[in-house]
Amino acid sequence: MNTAIMIIVVLVGVGAFFGIVLALADKKFAMEVNPLIHEVEDILPKGQCGACGFAGCAKYAEAVVEDESVPPDLCVPGKAAVAAKVAELTGKKAGASEPKYAHLKCRGTKTAAAMAARYEGVPDCAAAKLVQGGPKGCKYGCIGFGNCVRACPFGALSMGEEGLPVVDKAICTGCGKCVTTCPQALLTLQSFAAPVQVECSSHDKGPAAKKLCQHACIGCGLCLRSCPHEAITIDRFVAVVDQSKCRDCAEPVCLEKCPTKAIQALVRPADGDCDIMKVS
Amino acid sequence: MAEYLTLFIGAVIVNNFVLTKFLGLCIFFGISKNLSASVGMGMAVTSVMTMSSILAWIVYFFVLQPLGLTFLTTIVFVVLTASFVQLLELIIKKQAPALYNMWGIYLLLIATNCIVLAVPLLNVENSYSLMKSIVFAIGSGLGFALAIILMASLREKLAYADVPKPLEGIGIAFILAGMLSLAFLGFSGML
Repeated sequence: MNTAIMIIVVLVGVGAFFGIVLALADKKFAMEVNPLIHEVEDILPKGQCGACGFAGCAKYAEAVVEDESVPPDLCVPGKAAVAAKVAELTGKKAGASEPKYAHLKCRGTKTAAAMAARYEGVPDCAAAKLVQGGPKGCKYGCIGFGNCVRACPFGALSMGEEGLPVVDKAICTGCGKCVTTCPQALLTLQSFAAPVQVECSSHDKGPAAKKLCQHACIGCGLCLRSCPHEAITIDRFVAVVDQSKCRDCAEPVCLEKCPTKAIQALVRPADGDCDIMKVS
Repeated sequence: MAEYLTLFIGAVIVNNFVLTKFLGLCIFFGISKNLSASVGMGMAVTSVMTMSSILAWIVYFFVLQPLGLTFLTTIVFVVLTASFVQLLELIIKKQAPALYNMWGIYLLLIATNCIVLAVPLLNVENSYSLMKSIVFAIGSGLGFALAIILMASLREKLAYADVPKPLEGIGIAFILAGMLSLAFLGFSGML
């Protein structure tokens, strides 16, 4: 009987002691959490992509509410709609955030690009690159094991039949996860307004590049000389389009002049075709 | 001094809690996917284990033993470690936000973990003195940190390995842990 009473006393005592200590500690060490943080977090897309530069949506919500200097339009996937709502909640001014999508700067399809070797290791671009820079002849081109596809938190990328990743512009939020993942640095974030882009990144000299891939930019400079807006420069045998100078020509001369068709007109989604365009 | 050293080395390597006693496996597999997280977890476990060992030692030798209630040890220690972790979380959240950002998520995982409960229990079972308890707890914590850091380093390398489909993820991790464990069993009988 005595033992039974002792058990009850000790267990109730221990329980009550820790209960009271925890309750007091909760009071004493209470942290005031701004309810606005949760409201802002609810608006964010929860992709946890980190494109804003913070470790996840919750951290960005905290920073944007607490810190005056953090702008409300850092959420790339959220686009203008989210930026506007965050700005409204935090009382900050939203700058115009330009919608972007991921774009592959390589046209080295299975048929167009020559292979230098057969790779039979782990199907992973980074791993394949470790072996002699990848199985393709062109050491700058897409390796095609789809690291970008796996990195995409929104499922906007898929591996096309031609062995190159295909971006679904209607789903792509422009978070840039694939851009940082690609070991060849072939993906770039492209503004929806951009009319043309050079779809090659090979710094090989003209003849060598041509031998390795039908669609290689050989750095001939025909586009550079024909462009009426002087928007093209050549950097180590690759043409680079300065999107700030490039105008939306009705019939772009650069496309016509390019002997390897390395410059391509960017297919832009029609209005209403894409959520992102509707928002902006 | 030699006694403490033996105890310490024994806890870190020879009787490694994870790899020879198979305690704390849930956090061992859960957090060992990347190196930085496992370092954080190792530090959190070591400190929590040391502090809760001290607390448990005091409760056992000043409350439970004098009252003849040693059969309540397990249940009291469960309450004790869980509440202590909660308390610690509240305190570092307020006092050291930087530390909280680093440890915060791991602390809750530790709250009711078997490894944190096992060390205070073994301390009193072996009737260690307070000093010995502390040494044993630090050793066990470092042993856990060693195991989880080794595992995380291996699993990061594993990302580039061609693992058969059915074994991907946790399957291959268990095989890996088994091999690590075999390696650590080589130390048995050393002390």
